[in-house]
Amino acid sequence: MAKLIDLRPPLSDKKIEELKVGDIVSLSGTIVTARDKAYARALDILRSGKKLPIDMRNGVVYHCGPLVKKTPRGPKIVSAGPTTSARLDDMQIDFVRLSGVKALIGKSGVGEDVASELARSGCIYLAFTGGAGVLASRSIERVKKILWRDLGPIEGLWVLDVKKFGPLVVAIDVHGGNLYLRR
Amino acid sequence: MLTKSELQKTAVEMLSRAATTLPRDVVKALKLCKTKETNDIARLQLDTMLRNLELAKKMRAPICQDTGIPIFFVKLGSELELNFDLNRALAGAVREATRKIPLRANVVDPLRRANTETNVGQGQPIVHIELVRGKGLQIDLIIKGAGAENWSRLFMLKPTAGEKTIKRAVLLAIDEAGGQPCPPTIVGVGIGGSADVACLLSKKALLRPLDVKNPDKKLASMELELKNAANELDIGPMGLGGRTTVLGVRIAKAACHTASLPLAINFQCWVARRASARLVGDKMKVEAL
Repeated sequence: MAKLIDLRPPLSDKKIEELKVGDIVSLSGTIVTARDKAYARALDILRSGKKLPIDMRNGVVYHCGPLVKKTPRGPKIVSAGPTTSARLDDMQIDFVRLSGVKALIGKSGVGEDVASELARSGCIYLAFTGGAGVLASRSIERVKKILWRDLGPIEGLWVLDVKKFGPLVVAIDVHGGNLYLRR
Repeated sequence: MLTKSELQKTAVEMLSRAATTLPRDVVKALKLCKTKETNDIARLQLDTMLRNLELAKKMRAPICQDTGIPIFFVKLGSELELNFDLNRALAGAVREATRKIPLRANVVDPLRRANTETNVGQGQPIVHIELVRGKGLQIDLIIKGAGAENWSRLFMLKPTAGEKTIKRAVLLAIDEAGGQPCPPTIVGVGIGGSADVACLLSKKALLRPLDVKNPDKKLASMELELKNAANELDIGPMGLGGRTTVLGVRIAKAACHTASLPLAINFQCWVARRASARLVGDKMKVEAL
């Protein structure tokens, strides 16, 4: 557990290459939540050569379906821990390649093959502690935008400004390191 | 006489407590694991979990955004008179809790995938009613997130498979699940009965607190053995490595057909949310777990 770095997207290839499995980082800046339904829709759009409603190049995607409270001042996220990333395994590689995302935040990692492909695409995987929903929500400074509202609050895209979101563990790096591989 | 509104109020309180705080036995187990961990990343995960628990309690916010689906286990005294529909009262409580706490609306139609927005739907909430002697009423609640529930397993083993095969199957299930059910998990195991009963037992077994030993000596020793073996798999908290993979194994059994040996496994994530209430006089008392 060496470095304590605060990452600020957009993330350059150089920055990504510096990160090694076991590094502990946090994140400040804009991130976008996406999970099952958003992935499917994004892939439809990207595969047909169209543009996403938000540019994700060199950006960060957070696998999360937040718990939202309605308030007079608009929706407030009260708990926002990570969801199981491996559910998206079938879509993950195409999604990362076509969107240009450089970092995924989620829990429990991705399949072994997907991990190697992620590395080849220059995308790292950052693990946030599953269940730590309140801690995550505290780092959200602002809900910038909610896209694809028709997918509902769990499955839609939440564009969030976060400050020192973490601790995140670099669990899959671009050099072949993968903390989920055992023995 | 117990009223519908009293029962509904109690169930809302149970849901609220369960979503925002963990029972003492679970917190104690997590803290103990942290002192035993030698892996830095594992310790960081456990530390983050404990910090999150403190925050959730302080802010009265749901610990995890996946507020799961509630499973109610009801022990209903056969001599107790109720002038309302228990299932409807619990459904009313789930609706109210979803709006008030709030809980994430997780319940959808299985095929159309349309969200009901209330956490109530066809067959939801899940209520298991067991008729018991007397005039009592006890309600136990567990909240199950999908990450853990999705790793449930049912094996119809050969009747001669024996204890060794059972243990191997449980460890295989834990190994395959890896970090996905949000370890350190509590692993519920149901042995015997029938396919459906084994599954129910594996979930009901999760109600027993971590500091309460299995009264069946044989099962108690299997639980300990499986726990120790699971913690050697190096899955660790959230699958990032370490020796804290399960907080406990809970086994329950029932007699079965001579030609079968059902075995079911149900995982509960580290956010092992439970609540209990029982009837005292004509009021329901929510227990401090």
